Amino acid sequence: MSENMIEWDQDADGIVTLTMNDPGQSANTMNETYKNSMGATVDRLEAEKDSVTGVVVTSAKKTFFAGGDLKNMVKATKDDAAQVFEEVQLIKSQLRRLETLGKPVVAAINGAALGGGLEIALATHHRIVADVPGVQLGLPEVSLGLLPGGGGVTRITRMMGIQNGFMSVLSQGTRFRVAKAKELGLVDEVVGSVEELVPAAKAWIKANPEGGVAPWDVKGYKIPGGTPSNPKLAQILPAFPSNLRKQIKGANMPAPLAILAAAVEGSQVDFDNASTIESRYFTSLVTGQVSKNMIQAFFFDLQAINAGKSRPDGYDKTQFSKVAVLGAGMMGAGIAYVCAKAGIDVVLKDVELASAEKGKAYSEAIEAKALSRGKTTQEKSDALLARIHPTADPKDVEGADLVIEAVFESQDLKHKVFQEIEDLVAPDALLGSNTSTLPITGLATGVKRQEDFIGIHFFSPVDKMPLVEIIRGEKTSDAALAKAFDLVQAIKKTPIVVNDSRGFFTSRVIGTFINEAIAMLGEGVEPSSIEQAGLQAGYPAPPLQLSDELTLTLMQKIRKETYDAVVAAGGTPPEDPAGAVIDKMVDEFERPSKAKGAGFYEYVDGKRAGLWSGLREAFESGTADIPFEDLKERMLFIEAIETQKCFDEGVLNTTADANIGSIFGIGFPAWTGGVHQYIVGYEAADGTVGKEAFVARAEELAKQYGERFTPPQSLR
Amino acid sequence: MTTEAYIYEAIRTPRGKGKGGALHSVKPISLVTGLIDELRRRFPDMDEDRISDLILGVVSPVGDQGADIARTAVLAAKMPDTVGGFQLNRFCASGLEAVNLAAQKVRSGWDELVIAGGVESMSRVPMGSDGGAWAMDPQTAYDTYFVPQGIGADLIATIEGFTRDDVDAYAVQSQDRAAAAWSGGYFAKSVVPVTDQNGLVILDQDEHMRPGTTTESLGKLKPAFEGVAAMGGFDDVALQKYHWVEKIHHVHTGGNSSGIVDGAALVVVGSEDAGKSMGMTPRARVVATATSGADTTIMLTGPTPASKKVLAAAGLTVDDIDLFELNEAFASVVLRYQKDLKIPGEKLNVNGGAIAMGHPLGATGAMITGTVLDELERRNGRYALITLCIGGGMGVATIIERV
Repeated sequence: MSENMIEWDQDADGIVTLTMNDPGQSANTMNETYKNSMGATVDRLEAEKDSVTGVVVTSAKKTFFAGGDLKNMVKATKDDAAQVFEEVQLIKSQLRRLETLGKPVVAAINGAALGGGLEIALATHHRIVADVPGVQLGLPEVSLGLLPGGGGVTRITRMMGIQNGFMSVLSQGTRFRVAKAKELGLVDEVVGSVEELVPAAKAWIKANPEGGVAPWDVKGYKIPGGTPSNPKLAQILPAFPSNLRKQIKGANMPAPLAILAAAVEGSQVDFDNASTIESRYFTSLVTGQVSKNMIQAFFFDLQAINAGKSRPDGYDKTQFSKVAVLGAGMMGAGIAYVCAKAGIDVVLKDVELASAEKGKAYSEAIEAKALSRGKTTQEKSDALLARIHPTADPKDVEGADLVIEAVFESQDLKHKVFQEIEDLVAPDALLGSNTSTLPITGLATGVKRQEDFIGIHFFSPVDKMPLVEIIRGEKTSDAALAKAFDLVQAIKKTPIVVNDSRGFFTSRVIGTFINEAIAMLGEGVEPSSIEQAGLQAGYPAPPLQLSDELTLTLMQKIRKETYDAVVAAGGTPPEDPAGAVIDKMVDEFERPSKAKGAGFYEYVDGKRAGLWSGLREAFESGTADIPFEDLKERMLFIEAIETQKCFDEGVLNTTADANIGSIFGIGFPAWTGGVHQYIVGYEAADGTVGKEAFVARAEELAKQYGERFTPPQSLR
Repeated sequence: MTTEAYIYEAIRTPRGKGKGGALHSVKPISLVTGLIDELRRRFPDMDEDRISDLILGVVSPVGDQGADIARTAVLAAKMPDTVGGFQLNRFCASGLEAVNLAAQKVRSGWDELVIAGGVESMSRVPMGSDGGAWAMDPQTAYDTYFVPQGIGADLIATIEGFTRDDVDAYAVQSQDRAAAAWSGGYFAKSVVPVTDQNGLVILDQDEHMRPGTTTESLGKLKPAFEGVAAMGGFDDVALQKYHWVEKIHHVHTGGNSSGIVDGAALVVVGSEDAGKSMGMTPRARVVATATSGADTTIMLTGPTPASKKVLAAAGLTVDDIDLFELNEAFASVVLRYQKDLKIPGEKLNVNGGAIAMGHPLGATGAMITGTVLDELERRNGRYALITLCIGGGMGVATIIERV
């Protein structure tokens, strides 16, 4: 057997302190070493039980325990079901033996205990946590398409009840701070420092020599809120799965249902059978495709991006002290806020002082709300707002080490505002443009230092959207790219790095999604079916609703620009089945947008009131007989194919950028693991998975719905 | 050579209205034994040793109605030990399923006399008391798009464009027809008063009716399923399946849906020989029976495929049928069925139905068999088709011929 990662230290009182310390990794995970070590440790505890008075479980790492072995899990296929099941059964049987040792066992939680880490702690009889920075507790498995299979569902359900456990801990995967974890009952005791942990644990053991019994192992224990045989629960139970369906909008997200099912089914049997039921659902999720997709995106890809995979090496990290935000519209106002929040002084400049002040008012409103909800303090809030200086005077930008331009989407205008300030800001200031569509290389020609010019594309609303798309123009230097990357990380957002092209990556790809949906309307598909197909495919907003918000006139303009650009370059314009519908809506029906109070939907006092009553007649809705599954896949495929073209044209550099950019920036469904993972993880109706299955299906769609679905050569 | 299955008698209790109603004080088993006593009075020469089974539909077969209430009723009524008792559950069509099964047993030649029917004391054993995986097992409920049936009724109305006025108008018709039938004495033959152990009458008429109901008075009622739909997210579930529908209009209320009541019914089914030798005169022949189904989420459209199937089995068409009796679970169910099969209004539910008189789940199918048979005789008609919409999307239908 390999070496034991769980150090054993027995004191004079007979209390054994088990310190988890995986020699091969910076964090403890549920890998082979752990399984062997925990097995050997419980063997020894049982063998030496008579001389053991209690057990303390703690960690020598910065975190308590990091959780499951994702590297291993992501490889498991349906053929590995037996092995996955046995392994998870082994892990939980070891923890169950610890729980039923008959001696008080205390978890001394010195750092983050997420997933498997919290599950280990839940298998002890008393949880003490040190309230130190970085400590989080929770069961975030669901956010990776998994369930807490180390006894998490079973113990949380027994501890908190089916409804409460599911709603507050299991279904959302929330990570809790210490105080909230204590309030929920996830931990029993809080100490102020790591040093106090083991002494407190030992003190509890001495005070509770008979404390080695879990509440659910006490005869007569009842699950709070009862089981389905309790009429009160029975009355509301049918609403759990339906509300879940409502919440996930019918998207392909098997994990929350598996958690609910394991909780409810497990509540009706004894602990060990509940635990086995949990393992079965866990196995189905681990061996399924969705968890692989989500682990790829939300663990591996995100880790690669945050680690700076797309940042050029060899440049020191830049810290910005003063940013000039040009244009105080919605985007400029949001950018000013996030920069000020990160401690950067902001000059928020607009043509009129009143406009600039209105831009600052946006931050004031956010802060007022945060204050009223207790999310910030008066002092912090005042300091943040004091950093934002609204102005109409170009001179105020003097000395700024960063410029972010967020004026109207016009190359001439953008050139003009840069010329106004470029000699006033610091001589090496990074020059960023928040354009969402205009090529950066062209914009850069308006400044003297083209190598310092870069696209920094934020998403709306800026304070909520986690992504920033950095666009490198032809002349942008590595140094400028590194700086932009540092900025995005400084404001706690996730950067992706793409190369210049019309619409870059995100705007270009989301455009295909919206166009596809609009094309369906033109084909005679029921508008409600289009909206449902979008939602059930997993998009956060239905496409026609989204179109109204983006405004059809803007789409019409972008289409025309794209069309003209292609024709000017001597090319053949692509298929454009959405064009006729958009033109009809804008020119004939004069229903361009939500902003104008009339689009695909009707609006009453600015609020969406339902689909426009003339819509079905206008587009002969109901005349097309297209399988619902095709509607969903057309939206997903057209974006995936456009993404592949972005790779082919050198717009995208890494699959991680494609995946994270698509999920965080343009609402590509999370269950897919992102728009590239959708291709390589595509699961066909016959169960085959992978790029070949994607290509085969794309060819079918091309035959049925148009050549825009023809898979690019690079996929073959 | 098949043995024909004949209906010799069909009787029922009046229907008591819920907890405040007269039958709440009566045990479900007593509702059944009271009717068995009545059969003994009507057929003094009935040889109980030749009865093979008492088949009872019960939809919530727990508590007072649990543990095979049919065999328990046989014992309680002191029928011979050789008479079996069999409780079945086909949700809302249980009572008709019991009649069909009895007919099949007789027609196979393996049984000669079977008593079929059903009982439901909804005031004592509320709907849903028996749990079940369909609604209670999250995985099953999720995968099958389970929604409460009122949502399905509202979805039918939405899809078919039935307005609140349409469904209320139908409800008024049900009340008017039921009132006319009662005052005309059309139910006199089949309704058997419920009495206590002293022979004192507890209830002798349907309690749930509201004669004089108007569309104005109904229009004031609040939609019954809007609240549960919002609380449970059920509209969203239904719309995910019926994705072409933008929004469900909640038009059903307590006033245009079937009433929650207590009651029981029995139907005597036997061979020609059995009847002859016991001095019983056949009233109708069971021509054909059918079971079918439709989508489970909209849930209540099963009567159409079941009726088509039973018509085909009988070699008959809609025009051949003199009377249609479709349980009035919800007004939209009847309107949709009428539209599907193009049934003239004067042939359908001519003496009102469950909207006026109530729907004691397990008993209704047997009850309306008697109601339509009485009317067939009154009109000297020939064929009647009986059907009910059923939980889970099923439909059961039966055609009888007056003899």
